Amino acid sequence: MKPFGKHSLLGASGEISDFQEILHYLDELILYDNMWDDGNSLGPKEVHNYLTRVMYNRRNKFNPLWNSLVLGGVKNGNKYLGTVSMIGVNFEDNHVATGFGNHLARPILRQEWHENLSFEDGVKLLEKCMHVLLYRDRSAVNKLQIAKITKEGVTIHQPYSLKTYWEVSAFENPAQGAIGSW
Amino acid sequence: MPKEQANWSPYDNNGGSCVAVAGADYCVIAADTRMSTGYNILTRDYSKICKLADKCVMASSGFQADVKALQKHLAARHLIYQHQHNKQMSCPAMAQLLSNTLYYKRFFPYYSFNVLGGLDNEGKGCVFTYDAVGSYEKVGYSSQGSGSTLIMPFLDNQLKSPSPLLLPAQDAVTPLAEAEAIDLVKTVFALASERDIYTGDKLEIVVINADGIRREYMDLRKD
Repeated sequence: MKPFGKHSLLGASGEISDFQEILHYLDELILYDNMWDDGNSLGPKEVHNYLTRVMYNRRNKFNPLWNSLVLGGVKNGNKYLGTVSMIGVNFEDNHVATGFGNHLARPILRQEWHENLSFEDGVKLLEKCMHVLLYRDRSAVNKLQIAKITKEGVTIHQPYSLKTYWEVSAFENPAQGAIGSW
Repeated sequence: MPKEQANWSPYDNNGGSCVAVAGADYCVIAADTRMSTGYNILTRDYSKICKLADKCVMASSGFQADVKALQKHLAARHLIYQHQHNKQMSCPAMAQLLSNTLYYKRFFPYYSFNVLGGLDNEGKGCVFTYDAVGSYEKVGYSSQGSGSTLIMPFLDNQLKSPSPLLLPAQDAVTPLAEAEAIDLVKTVFALASERDIYTGDKLEIVVINADGIRREYMDLRKD
């Protein structure tokens, strides 16, 4: 995840080197935006559009940036959350996810998201999703980071881990019934 | 050594259905608001309808990134047209532009299945239907997208289009009143949502008539 500009945050999954290149493009974009020095600044919606164009044009050249991007922000009191895929498919919604999150987390969010979620409740909801992903996605690790964006700005909290429970009796001594070689 | 195939495809099908029906002095264009990929739903609230000119609206289903790029391209061309001609593009003119734009990418197509609806210069409803590479035809009604195989036969049955081979050419515009046409469109989407997994969530209806453009929504099945 990386904050950029005054209003927004970009998160990505996939190829990290391609994500770093996108951050490089964004640095340049924000720089030129600041150089205008006209009191206006690029909001999350504008940057989302820019990133969609970048991803789409790369896929047109058959050389995609292998990322799924999630873009969130608050500008002038309006909150925004959107996503772009590596082939340029983009949309905004109240909740988005990448990879396995689409299969495991979106259904939970569809059921339990509502307009008046407090920050604490939002974090609890996300932790619930991350729990499911930790247990069921073999490529997940127990280390996550929360970022909060409000009209005051962006704060990224320190990484932390979730409490998990593995003492399920079925996992105890799994080779008991059929002793293998290891 | 067998040739290695690419595992990455630049295309995806985001599903959905679009319908347009032309009347004597109105045009109804409708599309569902579901965006999917594979067996997943990405979002339940995505508009497939784009207003290209004052009396010209396009609904497209297929690969959403291509649809978006196509809409932006046409909107930009329309702006240039307005600067050069000091007037809005008519629906038949936009129809030709869309066809040319699609054919331009004949060898790397826009994966976009479009119906264009609006009023022509005399104020009569017109609907144009397209394939992905720009082949188009003026018709009285049409449907495109994942539900079109379910919707089109029903529309053929209800609106009884005259044969395009008749001489003199008969007008395909429906004699139905505006309210009846809207009702028909709602029925048709309820129909498609039952059996097509990619159609559902919400229906967006745009109606163009002499008074202008208005928008209506209706809930569809969410499964």
